[in-house]
Formats: sequence, structure tokens, C-alpha cells
Amino acid sequence: MAEHRLKPLCPLGGTSPARASIGPVTLTEVVDVALASVSARLGRTAEVAASAAAAGIPLPGPGRFEARAPFAAFWLSPESWMVEAPFATHEDSRAALLPVFGDAASITEQTDAWVRIDVTGEGLPALFERLCNVDLATAPEGAATRTILEHMGVYVVKRGAAQVSVIGARSSAAALWHALETAAHSVF
Amino acid sequence: MTQSNRIPGGQIDRARSLSFTFDGVTYQGHPGDTLASALLANGQRLMGRSFKYHRPRGPISAGSEEPNALVELRGGARREPNTRATVVELFDGLSAESQNRWPSLKFDAMAVNDRLSNFFAAGFYYKTFMWPKAFWEKLYEPIIRRAAGLGSLSREEDPDQYDKGFLHCDLLIIGAGPAGLMAALTAGRAGARVILADEDFRMGGRLNAETHEVGGLAGADWAAQAVAELRSMANVRLMPRTTIIGAMDHGIYAAVERVSDHLPVPLPGKPRQILWRIYSRRAILAGGATERPIAFENNDRPGILLAGSLRAYANRWGVAVGRRVAVFTNNDDGLRTASDLKAKGLEVRVIDARKGEEVVDTAGRLGLSSVTIRSGGRTETFACEALAVSGGWNPNVNIASHHRGRPVWNDAIAAFVPGQGDIPGLEAAGAAAGRFSTRAALETGAAAAEGALADLGRSAPARDLPTAEDGPYAITPKWYVGGGKGRAWIDQQNDVTLKDVKLAHQENYTSVEHLKRYTTLGMATDQGKTGNVLGLAVMASLTGKSIPQTGTTVYRPPYTPVAMGTLAGRSRGQEFKPKRLTPSHKWASEQGAVFVEVGQWLRAQWLPRAGETQWRESVDREVLATRKSVGICDVTTLGKIDIQGTDAGAFLDKVYANTFSTLAVGKCRYGLMLREDGIVYDDGTTARLGQNEYVMTTTTANAVLVFRNLEYARQCLYPDMDVQLISTTEAWAQFSVAGPNARKLLQKLVDQDISDAELPYMGCREITVCGGLRARIFRISFSGELAYEIAVPTRYGDALIRELVEQGREFDAVVYGTEALGVMRVEKGHVAGNELNGQSTALNMGLGKMVSKKKDSIGMVLSQREGMNDPNGYRLVGVKPVDPAQKLTAGSHFLEKGAAPVIANDLGWLTSVVYSPHLGCSIALGYLKKGDERRGQRLRAANLLAGAEVEVEIVSPHFFDPEGERLRG
Repeated sequence: MAEHRLKPLCPLGGTSPARASIGPVTLTEVVDVALASVSARLGRTAEVAASAAAAGIPLPGPGRFEARAPFAAFWLSPESWMVEAPFATHEDSRAALLPVFGDAASITEQTDAWVRIDVTGEGLPALFERLCNVDLATAPEGAATRTILEHMGVYVVKRGAAQVSVIGARSSAAALWHALETAAHSVF
Repeated sequence: MTQSNRIPGGQIDRARSLSFTFDGVTYQGHPGDTLASALLANGQRLMGRSFKYHRPRGPISAGSEEPNALVELRGGARREPNTRATVVELFDGLSAESQNRWPSLKFDAMAVNDRLSNFFAAGFYYKTFMWPKAFWEKLYEPIIRRAAGLGSLSREEDPDQYDKGFLHCDLLIIGAGPAGLMAALTAGRAGARVILADEDFRMGGRLNAETHEVGGLAGADWAAQAVAELRSMANVRLMPRTTIIGAMDHGIYAAVERVSDHLPVPLPGKPRQILWRIYSRRAILAGGATERPIAFENNDRPGILLAGSLRAYANRWGVAVGRRVAVFTNNDDGLRTASDLKAKGLEVRVIDARKGEEVVDTAGRLGLSSVTIRSGGRTETFACEALAVSGGWNPNVNIASHHRGRPVWNDAIAAFVPGQGDIPGLEAAGAAAGRFSTRAALETGAAAAEGALADLGRSAPARDLPTAEDGPYAITPKWYVGGGKGRAWIDQQNDVTLKDVKLAHQENYTSVEHLKRYTTLGMATDQGKTGNVLGLAVMASLTGKSIPQTGTTVYRPPYTPVAMGTLAGRSRGQEFKPKRLTPSHKWASEQGAVFVEVGQWLRAQWLPRAGETQWRESVDREVLATRKSVGICDVTTLGKIDIQGTDAGAFLDKVYANTFSTLAVGKCRYGLMLREDGIVYDDGTTARLGQNEYVMTTTTANAVLVFRNLEYARQCLYPDMDVQLISTTEAWAQFSVAGPNARKLLQKLVDQDISDAELPYMGCREITVCGGLRARIFRISFSGELAYEIAVPTRYGDALIRELVEQGREFDAVVYGTEALGVMRVEKGHVAGNELNGQSTALNMGLGKMVSKKKDSIGMVLSQREGMNDPNGYRLVGVKPVDPAQKLTAGSHFLEKGAAPVIANDLGWLTSVVYSPHLGCSIALGYLKKGDERRGQRLRAANLLAGAEVEVEIVSPHFFDPEGERLRG
């Protein structure tokens, strides 16, 4: 990629990612991951699965997230996934995936459509029960779902017992951060 | 003040004293007290005035069913009216005021109503305030509302925070009395995920208020032991101070947890209450029972309590309401009050209705001083300060009837019990199921849990019930004492008396629903918890029908009153809804832009410069500068939908009225979207980026609606099409660059050639900017100028606006807001929200030819209906005032000269009005009947609301550059 003269901003408006610790949890704005949606074209699911397997891209089932370096993915809708890859190496995420899937899938760059806030630490179920209708306590690692959080549509991805990503619309990043921060103060 | 009525015993911490005030007087109480128990301990039986007659009242209960002891709790913005003193947990510094009295609780001038009670019988308002009709709202109702009422609001904003939350469990147990605790122990020991919720701050239910033993321990001690065991289980969540307020669908229950109500103020950052949504697989209703009174003359004096409550004050709180106590009962449970109080050394007189004994009247102005007893034809007076009344117990069926299930009458206990299966997955246990002995409560609690465990596929542990009393209840119904002339209260909260029910019967309001509305029985904060069944029974005896034949009122959520703040949660004030910020928001804020809410978006409306004092100055400047040289506008908020697939073009042909499959790669086209009924609902430009790849833009307001409709079409209407959709609205920061110098400015940023030859009008390209950043450019125009939209990944949006402004200096470039955007689109005759009003067709908009009849599309067939193709129908026109100095007003209606301003002469209306700095006058778009044939005509635009009328000329809607030479330049 050519060196251009424009300087990026993080979704929360800073030149570096935001971070805050409240009680046992830490909120971190994650900006080093590129995103692209991959949707199998009609009748080409098997090709997509084969191409993904060959390239090491996981395509998990409904309600699931799976990581397999350098790619990770979570399920969006039937035959549709959000694929994650390191931003440093895959900034032009669609261009990076086109060679893998060819015309068997529709691929759309999604990196800047979202803000990802990782919530890490102990006691996450106690926090999330004040935020959204996700039963984090019983959700297995790798659970990924779409839900509503303070009127905002978000994806909640349980990457581990102590790491959950909340992925929401970039334009309302500040409102989402505020909701998480307020709830954390309320709980802890 | 001393706690003169405090007696030994109880679950209060006597080692610590709490100071509080009631009506400005300071009292002492102890941790574990409620406001009511502490006031009673201090000899204060009088706590309020009644709703209608302003009768002196004290508490009749020790729980959430309380109709009388309502106070205003706390002060200032935290003042909370209608708070039941019987459930307020005492804290140090608590302050409460009595309500509905003037000037004081002891001397209430409004008590004159009591003397005039004959005028205030049921139906009084309906009969009296009938004429003249208009007086009801303006005169009568305000006066009545002032005279009769409950507490008053602070009228200040609630300073506290309220949370909402979501909980999940295998088994929700409602109530932590013996049945609930036993159920929780059974399910908890089996490893099920249990939530045990109780409205009280101390779990144990009636076990805390009784003297009998459970498992060889005092009942309260066994309860404490059970709670301790439950607390040690990781799979059990104990929720004291939590009221289940409603049973919703699919095993979902609403609950209010009072997190901070027992503190003077919530801890910093902590909520006062939480509204929980509990998702349960099974639920057990173990909410106990509520005692009911017997109606007799003057049965509402302070000091007259339900028997179980009087006993609770003695046993749980160490309070004797009086040293001499009469007990009037029709069942064995009432006798327990007598024996417990006797054991406490109080003087007790039993009046057993089953033996033909009755209380016929009472005396004592501000508190009970004596009761009149009739027994075997003789009457006598017994001097006492307290009277315990038990007319029996009503199982708390409320939650079980939230799905409109009707409770079932049980003759053995003379009360309603929950119907079977009224709420799927909910089972009643203990007193809530009409099983009143402690043994039966433990047994049914265990059995309900075992049933739930079986349903959940878990095995229950061997049943291990502690020993407990299993005494008889032995009730003989006794609803009221007849024969007297005075008033006997049924529903104390609403001052509904025996006479009122008789009057309702006499006037043929015999259906329970009519009885409720006519007399107000069962209304207000207590929702008839003590009075409903009694009122029903009286009506049944009057009609000669049985109680089940008479019916029951339906209980609805919430079980107890809920503050509006709790329902609102955090959605209030600035946080009512989330805000969406554009990529240029930071830059625009630095410029002092004035923002407008568009849906959730904040868009710059105009950007004032120094010296501009009035919005029009800014907007005119932005418009003129754009038309003169170049203007920049953030258009990121327009919806963007990425549409891919081999059938993407065919799909667009279905969802748009015009054709997109023939659009060349690298080109854009303006499209109209119709609803099924043929009305236009959205418009926008769609670009073809590749053979199988389009990007659609929608209006800001309809971005979500269009996406939803497209998904519906893809999944349900055209499942055989190969098409995939995803929103990219947020992924790209997009700016419009418009004006004669737009190309010159952009060429400074764009790395490729964007000359007219390379990028003609309606062309689009994937390009790079500023030395290699991926970007997209669309040569499209809303303003009528030579214009482009340029998009970069959103994280560069801030940098791009700064770059455009910097590079635009040599052209005097401006950044314009939504107002200037609106002016320019009206000047150009483009339709927007005001014209896309949900009633207008493409033909109305002058875009009839865009609806292709060569192909099938959503709404095409119905757009051909005769009524929508009326040659005399509305057509979009441009409108100018004949006198340029006159101002047009949107919403004004067209009239012929000389025509009367009546609907029959109405020719249409002005949809959008702006001031055009280019034309130097007010201009408008409008829908006018046969508008296409009226160009040049002069009409009147009448605004009847403002009384204004302007003579107007009908012109082309294209006020500016009608041939479109500028945008092709």
C-alpha cells in the first residue's frame, strides 16, 4: 500500500485506542483488526467451505466464533461470516480475501463500519447481565451473537472466559463506550 | 420520644439505634425496623388520611398490601409520594411526611368531607358533575383532584440512576417463605440454576413473624439457616428486596430490585433500583397469602390491623400496637394472634365470629380507644388500643393471573387459588396455592421443585422435610357485620364502604367490572389486595349468587407500584437514545457548527462564521459560495448498501421502479423505490462498481427500512436469486464536493485524472487519494452543480475533511450543512422527505416515466391503479411569491383567486419552502392539482392557521439551471 498523507482516527475519536479500567474489568478499543464479510453465492457453499479450509479461514456455525491465526471469523447469518485478520497485513481486507474465494463468495470490506471494544477481566457475567440479553455465564467460549445493548445493535463475541468483544456501529462508538463504562461503574 | 410500645423479642438490632423524622418529629428505631414498625413502637398509630373522606388512618398490614400508611419519603428531588410505610426499611436520617392532609395530620380541614359523606357515595361524580359538559375537564376535575388524592410529586428531576438487566435461570422461585425456601433448597441441592426472589429485605416470609418451630428451631432461625445454605451454593442467586412485578410470555418475569432504597442516597455510580428481565425455564409462585378484613362499622381506625400483621409487629419487630388488644376472627389463624400476644403479656379479648360474636362498632377519633362487641344478643364495650381482625387469607394469585387466567374458588378455605396451567411453567406452592400450614408449605414447596427438576431432566435429592406445625385453618366465612347505620369499610385505600357496594347493586352495577369502575374498589396503589375479595363476597351475598359466579377482577402487572424512573432506566435526557456521529463531527464541533438530530445522527445544520448572528446569514453564505465556487458537505449519513451476486442487477430491477440491470459498469443512476401499493417510499443513487457489484445509497431517514425491505425481498420474495447484501453506511466517510470549482479542488487530492472525459456526469470510479489511499468517487449532484461524492475508509474521514478545507482555501471553499443542502435541492426541484410523504406517486412527483412497465418491480402493478393516475391529480410544481418581499409558509394551501378557503376548493399545498439567496426571494415546492398544466398561473397560498395569504406564481420546480448545464460542466 502506498504511503498517503492522511492520518486515521480511531472510532472513539482519538489518535490512539481508548482504554479504561473500572474495578476488575478493562475496556479496550481494538483497532488492529481488519474485517470483511464473506457470503457464499447461491449454491456455492461447498466451494466456499473448501476454499476457506485450504486458506485456513474458519467458517464457524451459527452463534459461533472461531480463531485460527491469522484469520478468525464469526457467524453472521446463513452462509455469511465476518472474517477477522490482522490490520497490519490485511488492511485492504476485501482484496486480501478475493484470491481465496474468487467469485464463489461476495466479499465486502467492513473494517471501518465497526467499533470493537474488548472487555477483559474477572466478573464479566455480572457486567453483561446489566447490558444485554446474553447469558454469558453459561455461554461457551467461542459464543458469538447479535444482540441489542442500550438501543444499539451489537455483536457480542466471547473469546475467552475473561475476554468478550462488543462490536457495534462505528458512528455510535462513544455511546457504546459510555454504556459499557456506566454499567461497569454500576456493577463494580 | 421513647419507644413506649416496644416489647421484648423480634429480629431487630437493639444494640443500635436509628434516628428518623415523621412530620418533622424525631423518633428512634432499630436496624430491622420498617418505618411503620418504628412509628408503632413509638406509639404513633396515626400515619395518614384517607383518599376521599380524609379519615384518620394507620397501617392495617405489615407488608406490601398496605392501603393506608402511605407517606412521602425523603425530601427535595428524591421525594417519593405514596410510599408504603410498612415496607420502608428504616435507615438513619430517614425523613417522611404524611400526605393528603391540610394543615396537619392531626387536624385535617378536609376531614369535612367525612361529615358530608352522604354526598360522596359511589357514582357521586358521575351524577353530580354532568352539566355543563365543558366544566368537567376545566373546573370539576381539577377541584376533585386537589381535594381527593395521594401524595405529590417533587416536580424535580430524579437525581438517581436506574439500571436494567437480564437474568437467566432454570428455576425462578417467587417468595422466600417456607415454601419458597424449601423449593430453593430442593432445586439448589440438585444443582439447578435457581433464582430466589423476595420483596422483603429479610428472607423467611411468615417464618419471621411466627412463633412456631421448624425442624426443632425457631421458624426465623430455620429460615436463616436455609438462607445461609442457599447462599453457599454457587448455582443459587438470592435476591432479597426484589419484587416480581409481572409474568410475561415464554417464562419471562419482570422484577424490580431495590438496590439502594434502604440507604439515604445510593452509593456513587450505583443504581437506586434495577428492572430485571428474568428468563426462567420453570417458575414457582410461593408468594404467600394476604389476610382480609371483615367489614363492620368504623373498622378503619388507627389501631385496627389485620390479625396476622398485628402478630407480625409483636413477633418480628417487638412492637405492641396496644397493651389491650381485641381479636376478631372467623378462623383458627386469628386465634394464633391472641395466643402469641397473651404470651407477650398483653391483655387480649377474643371475639370469635364462629361462635356468633361480632364487633359492631369502634370508637376513638385519631386512634382506637374501644370496640363494641355483640354476643348472644348483648352488646358491651371493651376498652383497647388495638384490634386484630381476621376474615381469612387470600392466596396471592396475582402473578398467576397475569396471562388472564381466572383463579379458582376453593370452598374449603373460602378463597381463590391459582388456576392450573394459567401460566405455562409456573406452579404455585404453599399459601399461594391455598396450603396454609407450615408443614404443607414445606411439602408443596419441595413437591413443586421436584416437578420442575423432573421437567428440566434433573433428579431431585431425597426429600428431607423438617418437622413443622400442621394445624387446621378452620374458617367459617364471615364477610361483614350487618345491621348498623354507620359506614363499614371494604377498600380502605379508595374509601369504598359496604354502602357503596350496596348502592352499586341497587343501581344494577353488579358485574365485577362495573362494580370496580363505579365504586373504585380495587384501584390505586394497593390494587385491592385486601379489599377485592371482600367486595366480591358482599356483591355475591347481595345478588344471591356464589362468589365464583360473581367472578373476580383480573390482576395485571405490576404487582406493586413501580416508579417511572425504573421503567425508563438509563433512557432519559441526553441518554434517551444513542447518538451517531459523522466522520467530520470532530472537525465540525471545532468550527462551532450547529447540529440537528436526523434520526440518531447529529448532522451539521449550518456552520456559523464570526460576525454571523442569524442562521440565515450562514445558510445564504454557504449556498452562494457553493454556487459561486465550491462547497463541501458530509453525506456519510445516507444509507449505503453493498449488493453483490450474479443476480444483483436483476434484483435491483425488482426493488427499484426503474431499470438497473442495464446500467454500465462505472456508472450511477438515480432510482425510485415503491411500496407494494405503488407509493414512492425512498429514492437514491446506485452505482455499478463491477459486473456483479453495486452500491446503493438511500435517504438518511430510510436507511434501515430500505435494508430491511431488501433483506425481506432477498430472503422471502426472490430466494432463488443469487444476491448478497450488507450495509456499508458506516464503513465509508463520504463527502459531497459541489460547485463550479469542485473538479479543480478534487483534482488536487485525487491521484487519477477526473476530467470530464475520464469521469463524465454520472460516472463512478475506484480511485486513490492523497498519495495512495483507497477511495471511491461518484459524479452525482443533489445541488445542481458540478458535483462529486468522494468516499474513503471512515477512519480517514476526519483527515479528508481537513484536507478538503485546506486545499479548498484557494477557491474560497465552504463547508455547508443540511440547511444549505435543503435550499439547493429545492432550487433544483429535487424531492426529499417532505415530498416523499407516504401518499405520493412517481407521477405526482413528475417522475412518472421512471416507473418502467417493461419489467416487474415491487409496487409497479398497483402504481397503475386508476385512482393513482388521475389526470387531475397532484403534480409537483415550483412556487414563487408574486411580490418577492412576501414570505411563503410550508403547509399553506393553494386556492383559486376568489375561492372561499374551504376544503372543497383546496387545490394542494406547499411541501417545502426555503429562502433562495440566488433568486432573492422565498421559493417553494408544492403538490398542486393539474400542476403540470398550470405553469404561469397565479393562485393564492393560504395559511389559515397563521391567517396569512400570499399571491403566488406557479413555475417549473427547476428554479435553477433548468437545463442542467452546470452539473454536466
